[in-house]
Amino acid sequence: MRAARVERVASSRQQQFIANTVTHILLIVLGLAALAPFWWMISTSFKTEFEAFQIPPTWLPLEPTLEAYGDLFLNQPFGIFLYNSVKIAVLGVGGQLITSSLAAFAFARLDFPGKNVLFIIVLSTMMVPYAVTVIPLYIVMHRVGWVNTHLPLIVPAMLSSAYGTFLLRQFMFSLPIELEDAARIDGCSSFGIYRRIALPLMKPALATLGVFSFMASWNNFFGPFIFLDRKHLFTVQLGVALVQRQWYTSWPRLMAGSVVVTLPVLLVFLLLQRYFVRGISLTGIKG
Amino acid sequence: MAQSQALTRLAVRTKIQEIRWHRYEGYLFVAPLIIGIVAFIFLPIAASLYMSFNKWDMVSPPELVGLKNYARLVSRDRLFWKVLGNTFKYAGWIIVPSVIFPLILAALLDRPIRMRYLYRLAFFLPLVTSVVAVGLMFRWLYDGEFGLINYTLSWVGIDGPNWLSDPFWAMPAVAMVTVWQGLGYNMVLYLAGLQGIPDHLHEAATIDGAGPFSRFFRITIPLLTPTMFFILVMSVIGTFQTFGLIYVMTQGGPINSTNVYIYYLWQMAFGSSKMGYASAMAWILAMVIFTITMIQVRLARLWVHY
Repeated sequence: MRAARVERVASSRQQQFIANTVTHILLIVLGLAALAPFWWMISTSFKTEFEAFQIPPTWLPLEPTLEAYGDLFLNQPFGIFLYNSVKIAVLGVGGQLITSSLAAFAFARLDFPGKNVLFIIVLSTMMVPYAVTVIPLYIVMHRVGWVNTHLPLIVPAMLSSAYGTFLLRQFMFSLPIELEDAARIDGCSSFGIYRRIALPLMKPALATLGVFSFMASWNNFFGPFIFLDRKHLFTVQLGVALVQRQWYTSWPRLMAGSVVVTLPVLLVFLLLQRYFVRGISLTGIKG
Repeated sequence: MAQSQALTRLAVRTKIQEIRWHRYEGYLFVAPLIIGIVAFIFLPIAASLYMSFNKWDMVSPPELVGLKNYARLVSRDRLFWKVLGNTFKYAGWIIVPSVIFPLILAALLDRPIRMRYLYRLAFFLPLVTSVVAVGLMFRWLYDGEFGLINYTLSWVGIDGPNWLSDPFWAMPAVAMVTVWQGLGYNMVLYLAGLQGIPDHLHEAATIDGAGPFSRFFRITIPLLTPTMFFILVMSVIGTFQTFGLIYVMTQGGPINSTNVYIYYLWQMAFGSSKMGYASAMAWILAMVIFTITMIQVRLARLWVHY
């Protein structure tokens, strides 16, 4: 009887072991499929033009060179492109965090006539395809002289984030209200409650929203593509597309450009990834 | 006596005023957002609708033409139908793999295995990379002569096509890039769904003698149908809004075989300056997206277990 049990435990352990091994093998294969293109991108970016076209291809560059990177930063203004991207992302995200946290606080905690209708209207804007609004926006921006400035990429992002408002409002509901009630009884104004209590407690959700919006802004291609056509205003994404237009098959250059546009967003992601995962599962919606 | 009564009345009145003021205080908090949404979303929507009834090249003044833009799109623009068909084809290539692969990943990663964290990280990288970088990476991988994909295929004796310049292969090739990029996102959605399945269901089934496979197909999958549904809707809507990937990888070619909706819309609006025509296209797009979502919501009742 006892022997049988020992045997059963042993066989279930064996099963466990086999299951784990199979899982690992599958995951490693799929993981490599996900990562191999990145490896190829990095490796190619350090190759000479000649080596990039070698057959059989070399996994590691035989004579690693920084030629391609040098070209991007010395012959092309990639430093300026990076600066433009950072500027647009930081201003847009910063503004968005303020306006959406203010609105989220009001929708979650204050009471005013028409509140629910207003919230539904705000939410409904998430379903409007960008294609519907982009043409009139372009025309208006053209009229007021904002085309070929960074304003059409910054100002709407600062002021009209329904997604951010929704995410922060959901989060506010999970916070205890007692602190705020106590503060109100002690005579604290609504703005004081927002500033001194709600905002500090919202920090994790603000980080989540910040990570998402930063990535969305950094990776945005269509917006800058429509509104900018002067080189010194380009974002990195446009910069890389420009390199492609000039050297359609200079793979080391193109891959170096891809590395440059990917690296900053990758750093932000690695530093703040726990907020990123939470953001997806919190709302099921990508920014 | 009278004096104290007056004082009380005054106090009450200020209190009431204060409360009245508080009633409207919320507007101040939402004002920046509402102003932004009206200015950058609602007014443009109205303008876009009006423009769709006009013929306008941004040089001469707009000319009201009623429903002509719509009529022309539907009845005379062959490319419009081709592009619409392409977009559905694109969605068709994407749907099945982007529902299935992330599910396999999530099922594998839902178990307490070692290095789970690292694996998850690997599947996130494509997601945080921009379409420009991803597009370039795959243009290089898909290269007919020097690309890694055809090189790998040559190991098993397959002579791969010149993917992106082949009118048949270009679309599936682009679609697979979209699937690859969406792996991590859909995986997280599934993982969240898996966490919502109570353990006792699996335990009960195990006691009743159900093996891991029948548990997966009889418990896990039915309970994940809401997540699948969400992924389905979002994937289809996503294909209707793709621009950057097409621009970088194929420019809509070869012979318009990867020209999809937004790409054509962009060509009309910003290439040919047909602002009214492009606005009509945008409204048709909005209606198509709305209709697809509604159909999917209807169909969902048949197969989604809430």
